[in-house]
Amino acid sequence: MICAMNENHQNEIGTEQLWDLYRVMARIRLVELKIEELYHLDDMKTPIHLSLGEEAVAAGVCAHLRLDDFVFSNHRSHAHYLAKGGDLKAMIAELYCKETGCAKGRGGSMHLIDTAVGHLGSSAIVGGSIPHAVGAALAFVMQNKTAVAVSFFGDAASEEGVFFESMSLAALKRLPVVFVCENNFYSVCSHISARQPNPDIAMRARAFDIPSVKVDGMDVGQVFMKAGDAIHHARQGRGPYLLECRAQRWRAHAGSGDPLREKYRKPEDLEPDWMRDPLSELEQVLRSRRGIGEQTIRDITGTLNAEIDEAFYAAQSGPLPRKEDLKKYLFA
Amino acid sequence: MPWTKLQIEREEPVFDENAGQDVRKLSFGEALREALDQALQRDPRVYAMGQGIDDPGGIFGTTLGLQEKYGPQRIFDAPLAEEATIGMAIGSAMAGLRPVSIHNRPDFLMMAMDQIVNAASKWCYMFSGQVPIPLVIRACIGRGWGSAAQHSQSLHGLFTHVPGLKIVMPSTAYDAKGLFIASVADNNPVIFIEHRWLYQHKGYVPQDVYAVPFGQGTVKRPGRDITVLAISHMVIESLRAAEQLEKQGISLEVLDPRTLCPFDEEILLKSLAKTGKLIVADVDWKTGGFAAEVVALAAEKGFGYLKKPPVRVCLPDIPTPASYVLEEAFYPGVADIVAAAEHLMA
Repeated sequence: MICAMNENHQNEIGTEQLWDLYRVMARIRLVELKIEELYHLDDMKTPIHLSLGEEAVAAGVCAHLRLDDFVFSNHRSHAHYLAKGGDLKAMIAELYCKETGCAKGRGGSMHLIDTAVGHLGSSAIVGGSIPHAVGAALAFVMQNKTAVAVSFFGDAASEEGVFFESMSLAALKRLPVVFVCENNFYSVCSHISARQPNPDIAMRARAFDIPSVKVDGMDVGQVFMKAGDAIHHARQGRGPYLLECRAQRWRAHAGSGDPLREKYRKPEDLEPDWMRDPLSELEQVLRSRRGIGEQTIRDITGTLNAEIDEAFYAAQSGPLPRKEDLKKYLFA
Repeated sequence: MPWTKLQIEREEPVFDENAGQDVRKLSFGEALREALDQALQRDPRVYAMGQGIDDPGGIFGTTLGLQEKYGPQRIFDAPLAEEATIGMAIGSAMAGLRPVSIHNRPDFLMMAMDQIVNAASKWCYMFSGQVPIPLVIRACIGRGWGSAAQHSQSLHGLFTHVPGLKIVMPSTAYDAKGLFIASVADNNPVIFIEHRWLYQHKGYVPQDVYAVPFGQGTVKRPGRDITVLAISHMVIESLRAAEQLEKQGISLEVLDPRTLCPFDEEILLKSLAKTGKLIVADVDWKTGGFAAEVVALAAEKGFGYLKKPPVRVCLPDIPTPASYVLEEAFYPGVADIVAAAEHLMA
């Protein structure tokens, strides 16, 4: 297996922190695999967008966030929600469209929310939640808070006009917002080369004097270090920041399909990163250089799987929304 | 002097709702300014932004002096980025603020339809009431002086179609203030649509803070023969028509719903029970618009009251022309309401 994790970044991160990152990534990975395993049963009657292959981005960014920081997310929101500390049981119940779900079955997989941990609801309109992060950052400034807002979005969202408008506003007002573009090179089945004249997304921030950096999104150490700089910058009142994290989407846009079997990705055209696994790379580092034993890894996997099984059991056995409540919640 | 003002002064004589009464009077525009001032005064979470909010003109006078009073953090100019600014307002509402987003024309809100329709209107329902969006979007319908197709639209029919939005359209100074106070206090997204030709009209406006509740229409003029449900500037036109028709022995009952969502069905049905005849006068297009909705409602719930087919007095289904000759042909007014009434009484 390839291990391309940057040693310089790794060496700056303490073992405890690396271990925390591992647990967050492993939890996301195992949750996603369980969703995938059960999805074909059609009991989760909501479109799912798996983050398999992209776990390092959410984990590396959210590791720096406080409870009072906000994250805004998109249709592919499972990883962001979990990394920010969102309640697992409520998330799985939402996938089963249950009253016990985080949005009481009104949102589904694309609209996760956990206000208790600063996850204010994800939007399934590509680019739609980018200005929300700018607005939350505006509120933090007006409320004299030191909180930061993070906006997660994909490469396709960087094609939307609202991305540019939002960067412009955030720079104009010098707001504490970090834009995190997860560039997985694909919008559904369309490669970025069919959609963008210049594949350098980070570069676009320069037009607004916003600092930006391209990040190896398969290397959680690098994501952690670069995100740390970006979030520190924003928290210090120095304005917005853009991270372009390049990662790989191992599954279909929606559902659990395989891009290779569906033939819109071809083995000969795959980026070298396709073969990398951010979780295995971190595991290798932890075992070879930080003295974490195989048994410890097995133990945490077992603990996480037990938690996940419990969440699925609770979700499956939870109550459905009542039809008589159809019109509830239209207005506050 | 702004061109709109010149034409309005010539073509739209000042309408004093409380003519002859010795009461505190403000114009529609002054009432809006006082309402925004008091909303900012009462609640530190309220802020307002808009293109040209601190211009010498101060959004038709409604924001004059407020930046000096409340500072540039709570009253600030906005870039021409409607989608992001309304999105930003929504995000700030999620974080506990109460934004007022001011736009010169409803036409410009089309740039922000994604945020209004896909985010603001849905957040409360989609997230089971956990994140209300207290947001007021103000916009002012233009008319005349060749404003043409992109600076004169009302478009409230588009907004009333979308569940989760509240639509407010005041016609008097009193209602402008009271409904604005209520809009800022509401925990939901409110589209507050003004009409430029109402701005110089005046009437009684108390100095104190008061709210006009949503969903309560008002009988602007009681009558016995025909119910006229009028919206925004058409309320004034209907009152003028009623005066004229009175001399012909035709009595109009003029209703102003004040808010289109929620809509006061009861006031409409109660009036129809009395008159059995309905004119809906709107400042929007005829087809698929709010006037059609009112007629549908009358048919569904007041069919038994109707003695004649209802009549809609609306804009013809074409873009607004620029030429003043075509403008005259385009905008319905007193004469059209009179003709509709005569037709119904024939």
